[in-house]
Order: sequence, then C-alpha cells, then structure tokens
Amino acid sequence: MSEPLLSIENLSVRFFTYQGVVRALEGVSLHVEPGEVLGLVGETGCGKSVLARCVLRLVQDPPGRITGGRILFKGEDLLKASRKRLRQVRGNDISMIFQEPMTSLDPVFTVGNQMAEVVRLHQRVDRRTAAKICAGMLEQVRMPDPFAVLRKYPHELSGGMRQRVMIAMELSCNPALLVADEPTTALDVTVQAQVLAILDELTRKRGASVLFITHDLGVVAQLCNRATVMYAGRIVETAPVERLFDSPAHPYTKGLLEAVPTLEEDREELAAIPGMVPGLVEPPGGCRFHPRCGRVMPACSRRVPELFRVRPDHFVACHLYGAEA
Amino acid sequence: MASWQRFKREHQWRIRELLFTLCLMRRNPSAVAGLAIIAVMAAMALLAPWLAPCDPVRISLSERLSPPSSAHLFGTDELGRDILSRIMHGARISLRIGVMVVSIAGGLGTFLGAVSGYFGGRLDNFIMRCMDVVLSFPPLVLAMALAAALGPGLNNAVMAVAFVMIPKFARLVRGEALAVRQKPFISAARVSGAGDLWIVFHHVVPNCISSVIVLATLVLGDTILVASSLSFIGLGAQPPSPEWGAMISVGRKFLMDQWWYATFPGLFILTTVIGFNIFGDALRDILDPRIRR
Repeated sequence: MSEPLLSIENLSVRFFTYQGVVRALEGVSLHVEPGEVLGLVGETGCGKSVLARCVLRLVQDPPGRITGGRILFKGEDLLKASRKRLRQVRGNDISMIFQEPMTSLDPVFTVGNQMAEVVRLHQRVDRRTAAKICAGMLEQVRMPDPFAVLRKYPHELSGGMRQRVMIAMELSCNPALLVADEPTTALDVTVQAQVLAILDELTRKRGASVLFITHDLGVVAQLCNRATVMYAGRIVETAPVERLFDSPAHPYTKGLLEAVPTLEEDREELAAIPGMVPGLVEPPGGCRFHPRCGRVMPACSRRVPELFRVRPDHFVACHLYGAEA
Repeated sequence: MASWQRFKREHQWRIRELLFTLCLMRRNPSAVAGLAIIAVMAAMALLAPWLAPCDPVRISLSERLSPPSSAHLFGTDELGRDILSRIMHGARISLRIGVMVVSIAGGLGTFLGAVSGYFGGRLDNFIMRCMDVVLSFPPLVLAMALAAALGPGLNNAVMAVAFVMIPKFARLVRGEALAVRQKPFISAARVSGAGDLWIVFHHVVPNCISSVIVLATLVLGDTILVASSLSFIGLGAQPPSPEWGAMISVGRKFLMDQWWYATFPGLFILTTVIGFNIFGDALRDILDPRIRR
C-alpha cells in the first residue's frame, strides 16, 4: 500500500463546557489514499463535523481541544504545524466545503470579489488574471454565463449555485484533499444530484482525494470508494463501499442499512434502532453502542473493542469479531 | 482620449454601479433631503467669506442685541456682531470639527472593536475594559479634562472629543464582530488560507460598516454639541471665532429677552445633525447589497 495522503491516528477531541467534558472524538484513526473518496457516515452529533474541522485545525479553543493523536498530511503532522505553515496548507493543499451554502459566502462582496481573493491569497496574479481564472472555474462547475455571476452578490444566487461557487472556489488552487462537510444537505434532491455529479467529475479529473461527510447512505454508495461509519465519537466500521453495503459486520451498521427504505420491498414500517444516541459527557462504558445493541455480550460494557480486521480491508470495532467470540 | 476610452471599458461595470447608486439616491426622498441639507451647509461653510453680509467679528456697540431686521436678518449679539454672518463662518469650524472627530474616532473605534470582537479572549477583555474606563466618565467631563491637559485650541479639542467618542464605535463594532466571526464565511476564508488580520479587514470590518455609517451620523451631532461646550469654557474655539456651540452658550444668558441670539445657531446645529442622520440612514439602505436589487 502506498503512503496515505492523510492519516489520522488516535485522534481525541474534547470540549470543556460547564456541563462537563464532552468527549467528541476518542481514539479515531482513519486514512485517505491519494485519489480516493472516503465517505464518513454517522448520525447527527457523532463527531463527523468535528473530525472534519480538526483536519484543518478549525476547532475553536476554548472550548474544544485536541487532546491526543496525530493528523499526518503527506507525512507532516498538522497538529504541530506553525500558523504560517497552516495558512499555506489551507486552501492550497487541503480545502473544505461547508454544509451551509447560504452563509458560506460573505454577503457584502460580489462572488467575483471573493473568488479572486482566494486565488490571490495563494497565487501571485493581478486582478484581471484572477478574474479570468475565476470565470474558468465557474465554467467548470457548469455555471451559465460565468462573467455575469462574478458580478453578483451571494443573495442573488440560488442555493445550488452558491454551493457550486463554493466548490469552484475551493478547487481553484488544486488542493490534494477536499474535505466536504455535508455539502448537499441544505439543497433539494435534484440540485443535490447536480452538485454531486460536478464534485465527482472535478475531483476525478484533478486526482484529488475527498473526505466526504454525510448522513446520506445513498450518496455514499454512489460517490465513495470506501466508507467509515462513526458512532458517538468512535469509528465502528471501515470497509470498501460494496462490501459495507453487502455484508456489514457491526450491528450498528446493519441497523443503519435496515433503516434505509428500498424501492423493491414493500415494508409497512421501517426498521429503527431502539434508543437514542448517547450523550457524550458521560458515554456508556465499553462499546458505546452496547445499550442499544441487539447482540450485546458481557464483554461489551466492560471493554472498549479495538478495530478487528475481518478482511484485509474491512475493519470492525465489535467484540463479536474478537478473539473470544 | 484613447486612454479614457480604455479606462471606461475596463471599469464599465464599476461606473454602472456608481450611476446606479446615484439613481437609487435620487429615488430615495430622505437621501435627497439629507444630502440637500448637508450640501447647503457645506456650501455655506465654503462660501462664507463671499456670502456673509457682514464681517463676523466686526463690533458695533450701537447695534448691540438688536432683534432680527432687514439689516440683520438674525439679529445681533451683545457686541453688535451680525449673527447670520457669524453662523455662516461658524459652519466652517463646526463642520470641520464634526468630520474630523468622526473620522478619527470612527477609524480607531472600528479597528479596536473589530480586533476585539474577532480575536476575543484576553485581548478582547483588555480592550473592552479600557473602553469601559473611558465610558465611565461623563463624556463632557473627560473631554474637558483632556482638552485642558492638552492646552486650549481647536485641534486639541478635536483630539479630546475624538478620544471620548472611540468607545461608542468600538462597542458597536465589537458586538457586530462577535456575530460575524461565527458565520461560516469566516471559516471558509480561514480554510482558504487567509490570516487573522486579513480576515478582520476584509470580512469583519466591511460587514460592520453599515451600522458604523449610521452611528457616525449620530455621533456627528453629539460631537458638534460637545465641541461647542468646550468652546464655551474656553478650551475649544477661541473667543472671536464664531463657533455655533459657543454662540449658544453665550446666548443662553440672553435667552429670556433676546431669543434670537441662541435660537438661530441652535436651529443650525439641529438642521445639520438631522441632515447627517437621515442621509446616513438612507445611505445604509442604498449601500446594503441585500436591499439594493
């Protein structure tokens, strides 16, 4: 296996609040290969976005603090990087698309203004060249009449257009890694498909890797090579997408997949996982899923399961696959 | 000519935006009214030496405290000086003080507030506590102390008043900056590799500027009043110079019997302040990209 582009090792993040310490991430490890699209799935509040923000060191301190682990990008530990180095990495090597296309653009500047700003932060070009680069980028995200769009203010664009502007902006410096934090959640379904197609096409063309965060399993199936499932701040399963959908190993993943409606079957009611996502101030001991798990064993509440390898590329954090099972 | 053509072509849409702004202004009655008042005042200030019917410092004791008449439209003061002429010349001083104070205090206050709100933490605490110290004095008293320490004179008075006005801007901008820094576009800018100060100047300040404009117009009124109070106790404009506030302060003594002395300068201060206020208000609407189109 070649050296991964991004590898996160044993990352722990805590938020120190008045209600106690929120253990947002605990011992999370994952890696992204060059040119790969890794899907990160999980319920609301399981730490997906925190993980994404960690990669770019955007977690606010206080209250959040990265308490352990390493984030290696091309072998360089981003947690130890200087502010100056971080500024170079951001935008140039790694960029990020946010969930809220409505507010990710500054309302008081025109689109062209903001896009040129990004281009000029990283490349020494004059205003006119920057405008040309921006228009070219907009063309690539299939924006009709790019020069007119450059002169518009964000509120004059629709959500889908804004998200396409964001994609164009973030890809303008050819980053090696794009972190997409639920880029399509705020868009309606038809626009979603468009935006995803554009994202897919562009990253493929440029050979960029994507860390794609979502809670939409359909999107993962369509777009990603591998997928990682998170639950309550920990990783529970990592596998290639086909494998994950065909033979999920972790009870949580199974539950998730059963909860997806299908066109073929005619089910009266969708299966649901009983119970609620636990609070992260005092999460359940051992495996965090054990109170809701249908196949719970005595070991589950006592010990944290490590990631067991069930196949060369399929890892599961569940005692069912441990030595004693 | 050729270069003008090129300039025109390259900046075509900027020119169009500017024309559009002017067109919006024409359609907005309060902008027109405000601008008209400001224009009249400014013209009066600029053209005072030619417009004024009399010399503003010519003393004529035989005509002292005469009521408004055809010879002296606004009457005369206790030394027989023509009040209309003094008001016209006074516009130069009062407007200059207002504009200077607002630009100094607005500039510094906006910067301090933006930095304070954006960075937060200890720096925020330090800056805002300094502002609290300034705010804990009645503005006039502090300005008086400062002006006295700096020595009498118009420039020193301007600096003293500007210093007193800084917290108003700083607090307003800090509040806005606190809200702005939570916005995703700030994260987006950071993700694109922008540094902190760069974000402050390119995103935080421009997003706060609309409220700063409105506050500036309000402070302008205050400033004229405070500066004139300084003139009254001899710390601002020096005696023969016809500053509006100083005229009111002196005229107050005569208010019972010679109403015209304090009333006319007062009316001018009132009109100027209202002019700046409604213009500022309209300007905010016109420049706001969300309402613009």
